[in-house]
Amino acid sequence: MTQLVNTQINGDAVGFACEIDETLLDVLRNRVGLSGAKEGCGTGDCGACSVILDGTLVCSCLVLGVEAEGRKVETVEGLSDGADLHPLQTKFIEHAALQCGICTPGFLMAAKALLKNNPDPTEEEIRYALAGNLCRCTGYDKIVRAVQATAADMRGS
Amino acid sequence: MVRYEAPQTTPEAIALLASAKGRVHILAGGTDLIVRMKGEYIEPDVIVDIKRIKSMQSIRKTAAGTSIGAAATCGSMGRHKALKKAWPGVVEAANLIGSDQIQGRCTIVGNLCNASPAADSIPALIAAGAQALVIGPKGERLLDVDKIPTGPGKNSLKKGEMVVSIELPARAPRSADAYLRFTPRTEMDIAVVSAAVNLTIDKKSVITEARVVLGAVAITAIRVPAAEAALIGNTLDEATLAAVAEACSAACNPINDKRGTVEYRTRVAGVLAKRAAQSAWARAGGKA
Ligand SMILES: Cc1cc2nc3c(=O)[nH]c(=O)nc-3n(C[C@H](O)[C@H](O)[C@H](O)COP(=O)(O)OP(=O)(O)OC[C@H]3O[C@@H](n4cnc5c(N)ncnc54)[C@H](O)[C@@H]3O)c2cc1C
Ligand code: FES
Ligand code: FES
Repeated sequence: MTQLVNTQINGDAVGFACEIDETLLDVLRNRVGLSGAKEGCGTGDCGACSVILDGTLVCSCLVLGVEAEGRKVETVEGLSDGADLHPLQTKFIEHAALQCGICTPGFLMAAKALLKNNPDPTEEEIRYALAGNLCRCTGYDKIVRAVQATAADMRGS
Repeated sequence: MVRYEAPQTTPEAIALLASAKGRVHILAGGTDLIVRMKGEYIEPDVIVDIKRIKSMQSIRKTAAGTSIGAAATCGSMGRHKALKKAWPGVVEAANLIGSDQIQGRCTIVGNLCNASPAADSIPALIAAGAQALVIGPKGERLLDVDKIPTGPGKNSLKKGEMVVSIELPARAPRSADAYLRFTPRTEMDIAVVSAAVNLTIDKKSVITEARVVLGAVAITAIRVPAAEAALIGNTLDEATLAAVAEACSAACNPINDKRGTVEYRTRVAGVLAKRAAQSAWARAGGKA
């Protein structure tokens, strides 16, 4: 049985039809055409599918598409302002915090959620906040540096 | 054909649960349920999402203590200052579940009903003397939380029943709890052994009440009466700690797997219980 769902994605009203047992990740990728969120595991372990749902960071592979009714979804596609990259994106490039890039959208959304709640995180806080995101190529140091640099940049120091 | 319902009120949810035909599953955070649906371990006919029920999202003070709604996320428990102050052990257990992403969705009621022997919040809730408010077709009942899990993945709830909230008792002065687990990684791992201790001390730091619970060393979390007896009437001296560790190791009946042998889990249970007792005692204001 498909169900009609009305939601907001990156500030735009979006309607879609989906199966009840279809995940938000599959809906975003296959029905809405937003392929930024990735499926690494499908079981909540890797964070590649991270999106922000009503202000809360979640794994979209563990959210049903129908749950998005009336809610606000933020994905990596909404980070940049047109061609102007978000500071996190700029710093990830400057610090070479990505190689294959599969994990990057998830890290960017997790880092965005972290910096909203904690604009001046310690290295340990960053590592804990990103513990739900796995990267198989870059290693975590460069990612942590990129987040630290963004935090400093966004605080204007 | 699976059906999805997202009731706005508790009575609506109860009516749905009572009338729905087939395999009905309650959806809280979905961090267990959706994983099991995808693995095709379960095939629901009806999914009842309780997250739109406002009263179930709240954490509030009641005449009897604190009430945590079934849809309140573990992340929201960590942000609740009064809850953290009264029940630091329950909150640290809830906050150990998964990552930030999981914290944004998961609930202690889901953790309890999912009934994993290694579930983090269950030992802490049992040590706290928590009760679950259960509503079903026959009305309401308050159950001690240890009556809910009955074995790995199994709980005692009857058809049409749902947990509405977890009720934590009021706190006596000089009381505190603590929860510790052992995992190979610091985050995102399943407890190999865990221990929760909840105690009250008098003005001389003598323990007057104690509850000691172990996780992941039997098919459900277990209370250790011998360890509780060893604590009561004593301060936390070396002999008392040794007796707690010994009683806890003796109570273990763990599985043997690549993450921990029987001998290892048995030994670590004693060590963790000792450390959890020290942490709870210090939080309660205990002085040697
Ligand atoms: C990546 C990852 C890491 C994890 N790490 C941990 C960990 O470190 N420690 C740990 O203990 N667990 C862990 N878990 C398991 C899971 O996150 C927890 O058990 C969580 O607390 C479940 O809560 P939920 O709200 O998501 O439950 P759901 O999946 O919504 O529900 C779980 C079960 O309980 C039932 N249920 C839910 N609410 C009610 C209710 N109100 N009344 C009756 N039945 C109900 C559901 O029908 C279902 O059977 C992890 C899971 C993932 C995916
Ligand atoms: S794909 Fe969702 S956490 Fe890995
Ligand atoms: S850059 Fe390849 S997984 Fe992280």
